Amino acid sequence: MGAWFSENGLLVGLAALDGLSYAAAVFMVAVGLNLVFGVLRVLNIAHGSLYAIGGYSAASLGLFLSSRGLPEFLAYPALVVAAALVGALLGPPIERLLLRRMQDHEPVLQLLVTFALFMILEDLQKLLWGVQPVVSDAPVRLLGTVDIPFGADVIPFNAYQLYVLPGIALATLVGLAWFLRKTLAGRMIVAVTTDREAARAMGIDAAKVTLLTFTAGAALAALGGALASPTVSLVPGVGAQTIVLSFAVVATAGLGQIEGAAIAALLIGLGRSFAVYLEPELEVVIPYVIMLAVLLVRPQGLFGVAETRRI
Amino acid sequence: MTRTQELLLALLGAVLLLALAWAVPWLRFVLTVALAKSLAVFGILLLLRAGQVSFGHALYLALAAYTAAFTAMLIPEALILLPVAAIASALVGLVVGLFVVRYREIFFGMLNLALSMVFYSLLEKFYSITHGTDGMRLPPLRFAGIPLEGEFQGWVLLILAVVLALGFGALVRIYLASPMGQALAGIKTRETRLEFLGVPARRVLLAAYVLAALMAGCGGAVLAMTTRLVTPALAYWTASGELVFIAILGGAGSVFGPVIGAVAFELTRVYAAALVADAWQLILGSVLLLVILFAPGGLWGMGKALLSRRKIA
Amino acid sequence: MQKVTPGAALAPAVPSSTISRRGALQAALGIGSLALTGRSASAQGAGQKPAEIKVGIATFLSGSSSVFGVPGKQAAELLFDQLNEQGGIAGVKLRPIFIDEGPGVDHFTGEYRRLVQSENVQLIFAGISSADCLACAPLSEEMKRPTILWDCGTQRVFEEGKYSYAYRTQANATPEVLAPLLYLLKSKPDFRSVAVMNQDYAWGRDSWDIFRTGLNALKPGVRVAAELFPRFGATDFSTEVTRLLALRPDVIFSTTWGGELDAFIRQSADRKLFERSTFVIPLAESSLERVGKALPAGHIIGARGDHWFLHPSPRDPALLAKFTEDYRKRFNVYPIYSTHHMFQAVSAMKAAYEKAMAAKGGAWPNDAELAAAFRGLTFPSLTSSVTIREDGQGLENQLIGTSMHTDKYNFAVMTDMMSFPAEMITTPVGQKSIDWLKTLKPDMLDKLPATVPYKP
Repeated sequence: MGAWFSENGLLVGLAALDGLSYAAAVFMVAVGLNLVFGVLRVLNIAHGSLYAIGGYSAASLGLFLSSRGLPEFLAYPALVVAAALVGALLGPPIERLLLRRMQDHEPVLQLLVTFALFMILEDLQKLLWGVQPVVSDAPVRLLGTVDIPFGADVIPFNAYQLYVLPGIALATLVGLAWFLRKTLAGRMIVAVTTDREAARAMGIDAAKVTLLTFTAGAALAALGGALASPTVSLVPGVGAQTIVLSFAVVATAGLGQIEGAAIAALLIGLGRSFAVYLEPELEVVIPYVIMLAVLLVRPQGLFGVAETRRI
Repeated sequence: MTRTQELLLALLGAVLLLALAWAVPWLRFVLTVALAKSLAVFGILLLLRAGQVSFGHALYLALAAYTAAFTAMLIPEALILLPVAAIASALVGLVVGLFVVRYREIFFGMLNLALSMVFYSLLEKFYSITHGTDGMRLPPLRFAGIPLEGEFQGWVLLILAVVLALGFGALVRIYLASPMGQALAGIKTRETRLEFLGVPARRVLLAAYVLAALMAGCGGAVLAMTTRLVTPALAYWTASGELVFIAILGGAGSVFGPVIGAVAFELTRVYAAALVADAWQLILGSVLLLVILFAPGGLWGMGKALLSRRKIA
Repeated sequence: MQKVTPGAALAPAVPSSTISRRGALQAALGIGSLALTGRSASAQGAGQKPAEIKVGIATFLSGSSSVFGVPGKQAAELLFDQLNEQGGIAGVKLRPIFIDEGPGVDHFTGEYRRLVQSENVQLIFAGISSADCLACAPLSEEMKRPTILWDCGTQRVFEEGKYSYAYRTQANATPEVLAPLLYLLKSKPDFRSVAVMNQDYAWGRDSWDIFRTGLNALKPGVRVAAELFPRFGATDFSTEVTRLLALRPDVIFSTTWGGELDAFIRQSADRKLFERSTFVIPLAESSLERVGKALPAGHIIGARGDHWFLHPSPRDPALLAKFTEDYRKRFNVYPIYSTHHMFQAVSAMKAAYEKAMAAKGGAWPNDAELAAAFRGLTFPSLTSSVTIREDGQGLENQLIGTSMHTDKYNFAVMTDMMSFPAEMITTPVGQKSIDWLKTLKPDMLDKLPATVPYKP
């Protein structure tokens, strides 16, 4: 082990850096999904579409700004503004018009409503943005690269991926944790997540909490897409790809668990990048293998609480 | 509805399907594919009875299709491919089932999804054997020794699919009415009470799971023999989503649901694709949404409601 | 960045076609009339002149492959419109009917049957996906309907099967990968290590197999530094880029395409991977305009055939210029290789009808006669001409070049271009590509064509 490490220690370090930035991206998508699941008990398949629409909107806004000759640094606030807009415009109508109506129906119907929504949004985004890959890479270009020493060599990393993505993910994690624990609105969300009926009995407006949570979740999905948009090329189908990965994170994490989502994203991110170094063929299955392994040991997920059986 | 009425309705449906396939030759293929999928949807129906949604059931469809493709290289005989593929699928269902029946609801769904995605990835990974996304072609097949060609192939496979759908439909109907089926419904409502009564919930679910895998296996074999090309896309999560879609579209309350749903699904897709080739998903999604919002009982429920209204009037 | 405006993506629906398709739908709603449309349509092939030539065109209209599929569809719309303005084929107007390959191969084979038996199309162009081509070649035989494999790359179709109704109007994976390999061996002969970064699906695996087999025959002893096959549809390649940066292979081979290639090029450019290794990117032409100057000078790029809108020596420069201009005016982007492939399919169809009619003294050919006309057919492409061999495979030259920057375009162009003659790089009839590649000798490199520089 020691000999192996001295030979490969540097590589492990590189893999960890990559894994961290990948984990940050994964966390940003999964955390919203997990939050929404906690409160609504619906695994929102359309979350992937919101991610894609967030990405497309951010790229369009960034390109629009630069085409107007506005200063390039505006590309950063543009990411957040686009995400907030998508969340505010799409979140409430989806929750109000579709999910609320389905509240008392079987879970499978609720799940399928989001599946139908996913199919519809998939085509709508194609009608809006076409099929050619879309990218607006100003945020990455502006920050340039950072040279990480690698033995006698140096490896350039994008500062955006090295600092900005993990930074925002960490801020989101801390901010959300603080919000959920310390603010009234946050505590209401936690209360509804834990026990909807009891929360209602205590006078919490569950409908309002649900709306708020879903909108926040939609905005987080859009933010995930917006933050990814400078590095990736958005193409049709990107939503379908993203959503399965976030499903794996959510199930690994334990439902409704914010910290769990962070740990699961970290496991998957690091696992994937180590796989690329050691055994690239395994890369694709890593998220599922991690999920299967975790659920084998902890059937309720990493941070999930085993539900007490109601007789 | 009495049992005789149901039987008559099923036979009438079968005759209608065959008549439709005769009248419109190009629909024969589409209907065979639809029926093959409906076999897998019967399994979704069983699991739904227990309140569990498998978001990876296409795994068994794909597994059987690939088993059929591999076996066909040695023995291109439809009557052997079908049971081989179905049994392989049921065996894998048993092994996987032992693991997944310990989980409920979202975890059950996600584990199935994960396994089907792992299988999907493996089909890509073993590229040298499976040819990855290019898929594997089945050689020309025989049915009871007679070469399956052209028109004959189309009819044999359609009739095979109809017979299987009738048979499994009846089996599921009987199964659901039996104590095993009742216990299944118990898992959905009061699992703990089931355990108090001395009924092992896991074993009840496992039996249903293996039966579901077996039926999906038959579906996969028919699908492989019909399209004669199998690709990993069969195991992708959206394929599983489609199966759940079909179950709800047809109506989860009756064994007629899967067949009605599958036929409606494939026809909608074909016509949506013909009408607007680049926005068929939009149409399909809207249809699903409308059905869920306004007819949560699915097409079967809708038809039944119409019938009973007429009776009252 | 380029994107298709919503208008262009939808335009232009030919009014008559929508009406009749809606009519077909309405008809289909009543089973009685559906029976009529169904059964009467199945009898065909007698050889009377039809009122119009219906052509079923399978292409990707959804999913990531629509990057090629939609330009292909747009090119078809443009070309069919132009052909109809000129009076169609022998006075018969043409109508394209598009179907989406996106839902997968079982849906596609159903659609193929519908096109033949219900829409009663005269020809089918299918498709981009190799799986769809492998599925429909035997189907064309069964349904006896001439089928043009217009874009798919797999060499397996005609190496593993014999068909008399299916023909490919362009090259296949073997020449498309062998040409850039030969170019690499000629232009940078001293490399000692190579890494691959391909999408994890059939094309990515096949193309690497072809490249490696050819390399082992022509320059044995090259070290394979890494074989990376990221998930098909992956959007982030930073881990792969890091690993390639650390390994410093002399050459990086990648047949990635679409959004994934855009992302890979951009991420490699940002992190200076292009400065450490020579890239060989056979499908780069389709991404050139989108990635702009992120793709630096000095890397080897190709276009899946003998086509590029700035081809150095087109057979008919005015034709290429007109097509490029017309396409650009209507869709606001430069045409990419899939539009050239569509041109070839349309051109082959026209030439085959003319040949079949000439053979029949001007009478309209039936299905079998039309299909037979494709064998041995030589037809013009936008840049030269393509001949269909006796096994159904098209013989198409391959244009490979080195990227360079110029002030005239805000994206990279090709220089030092070589146009490889098809006969030299295409697997001979009756042989399997991988076996044939093993027999290649290094002296092949002495017979390569001269390079042509970029001319502004």
